[in-house]
This record gives sequence, C-alpha cells and structure tokens, in this order.
Amino acid sequence: MMPGAAKKLAWGWPILFVLAALVPLLHPSSYMLDIGVNVMIWAIVAYGLNVILGYTGLLSLAHAGFFGIGAYTVGILTLKAGWNFWLAWPAGVLLCALLGYLLGLVAFRTKGDAFSIFTLGVGVIIQLVINKWDKLTGGNDGLNGINPPPGLEALSKMVGLKLTGGFYYLALLALILTVVVVARARFSTFGRSLIAIRGGEDLARSAGIDVYAHKLRAMLLSTAIAGFAGGLYAAYVGFMGSAITGPVTTFTVLLYLLVGGLGTLVGPLLGTGVMYTLSQVLKGLQDYQYLVFGPLLVLLVMFAPQGLVGLWERLKQRGGKKDA
Amino acid sequence: MTTFLQQLVNALALGGVYALVALGLTLVYGVMRVPNFAHGGLYMLGAYFAYASLTSLHVGYFPALIISALVVALLAALLERIIFYPLRNAPHVQPMIAAIGVLFFIEAAVQKIWGPDFKQIAEPMPGILNLGSVTITWQRVLVIAASLVAMLGLNFFLKRTLTGSTIEAMSQNREGARLVGINTNRVGMLTFAISGALAAVAACLIAPINSVTPSMGEVMNLKVFAIIILGGMGSVPGAIVGGFLLAFAEVFGGYYISLDFADVIGFAMLVLVLAIRPQGLFKRGT
Repeated sequence: MMPGAAKKLAWGWPILFVLAALVPLLHPSSYMLDIGVNVMIWAIVAYGLNVILGYTGLLSLAHAGFFGIGAYTVGILTLKAGWNFWLAWPAGVLLCALLGYLLGLVAFRTKGDAFSIFTLGVGVIIQLVINKWDKLTGGNDGLNGINPPPGLEALSKMVGLKLTGGFYYLALLALILTVVVVARARFSTFGRSLIAIRGGEDLARSAGIDVYAHKLRAMLLSTAIAGFAGGLYAAYVGFMGSAITGPVTTFTVLLYLLVGGLGTLVGPLLGTGVMYTLSQVLKGLQDYQYLVFGPLLVLLVMFAPQGLVGLWERLKQRGGKKDA
Repeated sequence: MTTFLQQLVNALALGGVYALVALGLTLVYGVMRVPNFAHGGLYMLGAYFAYASLTSLHVGYFPALIISALVVALLAALLERIIFYPLRNAPHVQPMIAAIGVLFFIEAAVQKIWGPDFKQIAEPMPGILNLGSVTITWQRVLVIAASLVAMLGLNFFLKRTLTGSTIEAMSQNREGARLVGINTNRVGMLTFAISGALAAVAACLIAPINSVTPSMGEVMNLKVFAIIILGGMGSVPGAIVGGFLLAFAEVFGGYYISLDFADVIGFAMLVLVLAIRPQGLFKRGT
C-alpha cells in the first residue's frame, strides 16, 4: 500500500471509531447492540486470520481452534480455578501465542497445500480434545455460566447503560487495540517482510529475510489475536461448546475475510460487518445459509478475489480514468 | 490370535476403502495441483445417490453402485470445468477456498434433500463366512475383493493404456505433456471423473457396514488428506500404502488402546510423520 493511501486511512479510522462509540448513546435495542458486539468480536478473529493468510499468504485452517483455546482458557480459569477475568484473558492470549508458536515449529516444515491440510488436521484435533476431555472442558455439555468481567456491570451502570452496552465498549476497545497492533505490524519492516514472503519465499530469502522466523512470528500474532477474541467471546456469551472451535468456524471467518478483502486493513471489519449482519437479518433462512455461503465462496474467488475492498478500488480507478 | 485375525480382516476392508478414496484425491492433486477439499463431499454424494437409486428406482445393489459412480463422475468433471479449470492459474489459495465452498454446498444440499438422520443400505449378500474360528461378513469380503479389483484396474489403466499414461505424463510434467501433444484440458476432466467414480464406489462399498450420514464426507475428507500427505501428495503407491497404514493404525489402535480416540490416531500419526519427514513417505517431484 502506498504511503498516501495509508495516510488517508489514518484519519478514516478515528472517525469510524468515534462514530461507533456514539452508537450506544442513541439507546438502540439490545438486539442491535448484540449484533454490534458479535461483529466486533468476529472481526478481531478475522484480523488474526488476515495476518497469516492475507499478509503472509498461508492458509492456516486451525484458526478457530485457537479462538476456542482462548475462550476455554478464560472459561476454565474463571469457573474452575476462580481466577479473575482480567487475569484469565491475557493468560488465554499468552497460551494461544505459545501454542501457535509451537504449532509453527512443526507446521512450517511443510509448505503450501500440505501446510493447509496439516493445520486442518490440527484444527480437528483441537476440537476433538476439547470435546473428549470431559473433566476439564465439560465435554459435550460445554461450560455453563461463565461470569461477565467483574466490574463491567457497575461501570456500565455508572454511564447509564446495561451490561450489553458495557460489553459493546469493551469489544470496541479490543477491536481498536487489534487494528492498531495489526496496522503497526503491517507497515513495519516486519509486515513488509511478510508481504515479501507472500510474493515468493525464495525471493524473500534471497533479499535477506529469515523466512522461517518471520512465519513463526506471523503465526504467533495470528493465534494470539484469535485467543484474544475467544476470551472476550466466552465472557460475553457465558457459554462455551466445542462446536464453535471446529473447522466450520474457520471457514465462516474465511468467508468474512474474503468478502471484505484479503490482505487489506479494512477488509476484515467490513466483511464481518456485512456478512454477520446479513446472516442475522436473514435468520429465517438459517437452513439455507450454507446453500448460499458455499457458492458465494466459489463466486468470490472466481470473480472478486479481492473482495469488497477490491471492487471499490476497481470502481475508483474507473471513475478516476473518466475524470482524467 | 483369533481376535488378531479378525481385526486384520476388518483393517484390510477399511484400508481398501481408504485407499480408493485417497487414490482419487492423489490423482487429482498430481494432475491439477489442487487439494480438492470437496472430495469428501463427492464421497458422501456417492453413498446418497446409491441410496436414492435403491429406494426410488428400485434397482439392485450393483446397478445402484454403477449409477452412483457414473453420476458422481459426471459431477466431478463438471466441477473441474466450471470451477477448477478457470482457476488453474490463480494463486494457490483460491482453488483451495473454492473447493471448501463446494464442500459446504454439497453438505448443505444433502441435508436439505435427505435430512440429517442416517440412512441404511441393506447388505447385498447377508450372512457370514466362517474361516476356522474367524468369521467374516460377506460384505467385508466384497469390500476387500472389489477394492482390490478397482486398484488393479486403475493400475492397468494408468500403466497400460494410452489415455491412462497421459494422466501419468501430465502429473510428471505439465508443460512437457502439452509439448508432446497431450490435450491437457481433457486429461484434467478425465482425472476428476475417475476420482469421483472411485470415491462413489468406495462409499457404496462401505455404506452397508457403516450408515449413510451427511457428516460421513467430512470425516473421510480429513482421513484421506492425512493419507495422501503421509504417502506424499500425488503419489499413487503412497495413497495405497497410506490408506492401509491408517486403517491398521485405527483398527488396532482402537482395539488395543481406546475406541474414543481411534479417529485421532490418524492425525497423531500424521503429525509424527511430518515432524520427521515433511515430504511424506513417498516423495513425488513437484
């Protein structure tokens, strides 16, 4: 991305966030707020996937597994070990980062397709272990009654909001933090090295980039972000089941990311916003959801591989040519 | 000793099915360089088409198997034409994602049409075969025999016929194959058709032993991907050896260790092998 474009985005983001922060003050229905919180949480997951897939060009299919590990860590630590949420949340992020790093050590011995299939296998193993380890994770029954973060309700009441409003602001803060971290990483030397690796590993290596180490760091960042979103999700929903930690969730997030635009900074948020809201509005069509999502995924990679952001840029270019 | 022999026969039958499904996947990978994530979906469709022909066309088991193989082959060739052929020069991640989309669609469509409950296909030859103290159901004998026949037939086709050797040629060197005048478009379609037919045959063979469910494709998908990575992506002998290896690990691991984790054993094996030999057991030139 050119520096000009980055600058233009730089003032777009604060405006967006301020506007988003004003939403609860208009007293929207709790249904609307719920959609808002979910969009932000899933957008964070999509940002994580964007780091590894969009920037580095590696399709890791274990992503939802790390989302699940973050969520279950928060659930288990607060429910069974009596930890405070504010301690358990970062603990989950750290655990995900560590496990992501360990996975990378083995997984990056494979390349390309084998890497994707390998991570798909890891994703299935994570889900199976969560499902079968009854004593720790509650197995099929899942974890029930995960408490909201202590202090959040009191804090929300002070500004005249319900708990959902408090979660809305917490999710917004988490989203801002994620976007800032990802943007800083993307425009640093590290991020540019990742783009170089996406372009071609051998070329990147010949330019003096330590490909293996950079991939490991990208994986670590991506899984940490997934765990970050997971911890928040567990506290927000209050219930965890193993179903959400499986590959189907990874594919759904992949769809969000593709709709928005792979490898762009706006894409994950845009795609999640559009697709999540659509799937909620069309809830009556829930049964047909995948009948539509599947072909949509195919059509997207065939005709608009750059997603909405790519379409917008194509339109802008065409408009620009007309003006000139 | 008796239980050991009994498990051995079970493993052979299971391995035959795994090998057939994995062979299709590895052939497609060799020729198109696409990991076809929709392969498990085709496998599941095979079982459902056989079920549909049995119940609504009232044909016998073997005609149902042939109908199902033909229809799935046709569908697979169509998929190649409509989706994978136009994406052949796109970045690698794109056909992979498209295949995932196809898998989503097939699963959702089957659930919509036939419902989420499992279906049963009756054994064409009920009864058991007694060999000393070992008892084998005729269906397992049929599975072992049929998968052997299919594998030998495929081997004959690939090695001894002109059309078959074009597939071999293309998986060895795409450009070279085109240079010597092989119609690579046709070979791509043909390979997809063969892979679909093999998956459907495997599904029809195992269907009377296990039941037919919409999720059967997903489970099989993961297993055959583990197999072809184990065997080396694109390698034909690798797929066969890998299929039997996985089946033996699952059957004996499930029996001697724990049934709960029988499905995980394959992946544990995969992680182990890849950690030691990232290129798989049988390396094939890329």
